[in-house]
Amino acid sequence: MSVLAYVESSKGKIRKNAFEIVSYSSALAKKLGSELIVLTINTEDSSELNKFGATKIIKVSSPDLDNFDAHLISNVISQVAKSTKSSHLVVSSSVNSRYMAPLLAVELDAGYLSNVVELPSELNPFTIKRTSFTNKAFCDATIDSDIKIIGLSSNAFGIIENQTNSSEEEFSVTLLDKKITLKSTEKVSGKISIADADIVISGGRGLKGPENWHLIEDLAETLGAATACSKPVSDMGWRPHSEHVGQTGKPVATNLYIAIGVSGAIQHLAGINASKVKVVINNDPEAPFFKAADYGVVGDAFDVVPRLNEKLKAFKAQNS
Amino acid sequence: MKILVCISHVPDTTSKINFSDDNKVFDNQGVQFVINPNDEFGLTRAMWFKEKQNATVDVINVGKSNTESTLRKALAIGADKAIRIDSDPIDGFFVAKQIVDYVSSNPYDLIIAGRESIDYNGGMVPGLIAGMIKMNFVTNCTNLEIENSSATIEREIDGGKEILTCDLPLIIGGQKGLVEESDLRIPNMRGIMQARQKPLEVIACTNSDSKTKSIRFYKPAPREEVKLVSPDNLDQLIDMLHNEAKVL
Ligand SMILES: Cc1cc2nc3c(=O)[nH]c(=O)nc-3n(C[C@H](O)[C@H](O)[C@H](O)COP(=O)(O)OP(=O)(O)OC[C@H]3O[C@@H](n4cnc5c(N)ncnc54)[C@H](O)[C@@H]3O)c2cc1C
Ligand SMILES: Nc1ncnc2c1ncn2[C@@H]1O[C@H](COP(=O)(O)O)[C@@H](O)[C@H]1O
Repeated sequence: MSVLAYVESSKGKIRKNAFEIVSYSSALAKKLGSELIVLTINTEDSSELNKFGATKIIKVSSPDLDNFDAHLISNVISQVAKSTKSSHLVVSSSVNSRYMAPLLAVELDAGYLSNVVELPSELNPFTIKRTSFTNKAFCDATIDSDIKIIGLSSNAFGIIENQTNSSEEEFSVTLLDKKITLKSTEKVSGKISIADADIVISGGRGLKGPENWHLIEDLAETLGAATACSKPVSDMGWRPHSEHVGQTGKPVATNLYIAIGVSGAIQHLAGINASKVKVVINNDPEAPFFKAADYGVVGDAFDVVPRLNEKLKAFKAQNS
Repeated sequence: MKILVCISHVPDTTSKINFSDDNKVFDNQGVQFVINPNDEFGLTRAMWFKEKQNATVDVINVGKSNTESTLRKALAIGADKAIRIDSDPIDGFFVAKQIVDYVSSNPYDLIIAGRESIDYNGGMVPGLIAGMIKMNFVTNCTNLEIENSSATIEREIDGGKEILTCDLPLIIGGQKGLVEESDLRIPNMRGIMQARQKPLEVIACTNSDSKTKSIRFYKPAPREEVKLVSPDNLDQLIDMLHNEAKVL
């Protein structure tokens, strides 16, 4: 009986969300009184994981796993889980992990809960808190199968440092035949993705047109933030669909979410309200977003945002 | 080509979410139910395959009789036949197993489900179906083309997108992009009349397990009032974000 945490890498480097996954898994292992094993695939240097409580790291390497294939990866994880007799698996809520987790659940005949936000409140029956109704509610749910898979929401648990010495072990696997062919990948280059960002700056219809998006982009650049938008903004083609956040767009669970010229419709809020701190800038004091935000500025974006940007630049220069 | 679209029957996106007094079940009083938005994008894409490539389109739901209005709406939009598997959808495993049992004796070339439902939000039913029947599976689909028995799929990934190809049979988890918002169809009178004549088969559920149980629902604690900062005092905002919220 051990806890197996699967952490993701991209181009040989560990993804940032791995540290939260390992922190959580380490706390879970402690609660269960069991060992924690961390699985990495095609990772060059995994020593950083020691900072967050990893004691045993299993490494799988194969050039055939460089490109993500959910069918192959879920099968690899299940081979490791079976061989280590793992009873609890922890995966992230990245797009790729959400894709692969249900396939893994079938391989292991395991129960799987996504959107988990806490450690289990009870071990018998295994009861854990998750969000449902697109963040409008929470739900306590039980996993009743022997093997359990937990999909942790990002930024729900945080990063807890806990330096350990770990042992590393290579694990050899046999791969399934590839049935899905990757033709091409298009990454928005040089930009931070919404999933990886600590800060997200979002613009709505209040910005009047795509030509004004430099306001959002400049602020994002100052803060090292990702850019996002409301649904009508992407529907009108002002911004790419990949920036559309909300109930029918991308979910956002970031540390700081700044909404500019966004009214705060229920479908928008549902997708972003797992974010820790929300700031709204809107010229209408009646905009519903003010009821959902932590901090607000009632003002004209065209006046407030450039001045805020200058002040933030000065702040950054002083504090770095 | 035979297409099956999985339809989840969910509260309208504007609904206020409330629960029964004992917090065990969703309180559907005064709530309007709709086709799950991700499924509506998929159904609309299926209509395109029907009109341009002669596909047949069936829709399926695991639910009690109250979901039939949602299935009728899918028929009014243009689906040929609806199937309802008569049971409460206990969890994702249970739903997937019911659909697998149906398609094992009624095979399809393409199964279209949604990336996730907006009620339970598991994001798992299509992947579980794929795992159970060993079918090719791609989720977060933002575009789908079919040529003979081969599919080309655009998938959204963190920070971009990728293009994949594979053979049918295939199951996808769809989302916006499969069709645009403006392509969505509101059923017209003729569609609604025709839907009344179309078959809606009700099938008994098979015995299968669930692996998880939702035992208690509750709403987030009420939030504190927003702290307003004057537009002439943006330094205060930065100070609060730095010292109080500790996010800068
Ligand atoms: C099924 C369904 C699903 C949906 N899913 C989503 C979703 O996932 N995400 C989403 O975002 N929406 C979604 N919507 C749409 C949602 O209902 C709203 O229509 C949308 O969020 C509004 O976008 P907005 O805030 O940019 O525009 P508006 O509602 O037009 O708001 C613009 C805001 O800008 C302010 N403003 C105007 N000028 C200025 C200025 N100079 N300075 C500062 N502020 C200014 C205005 O006061 C106003 O509050 C969905 C709708 C439906 C029906
Ligand atoms: N009760 C159900 N009946 C039919 N299809 C469903 C049902 N529940 C979920 N689905 C399908 O599975 C997708 C993902 O749902 P979920 O796993 O609940 O997030 C939905 O978008 C539907 O296409």
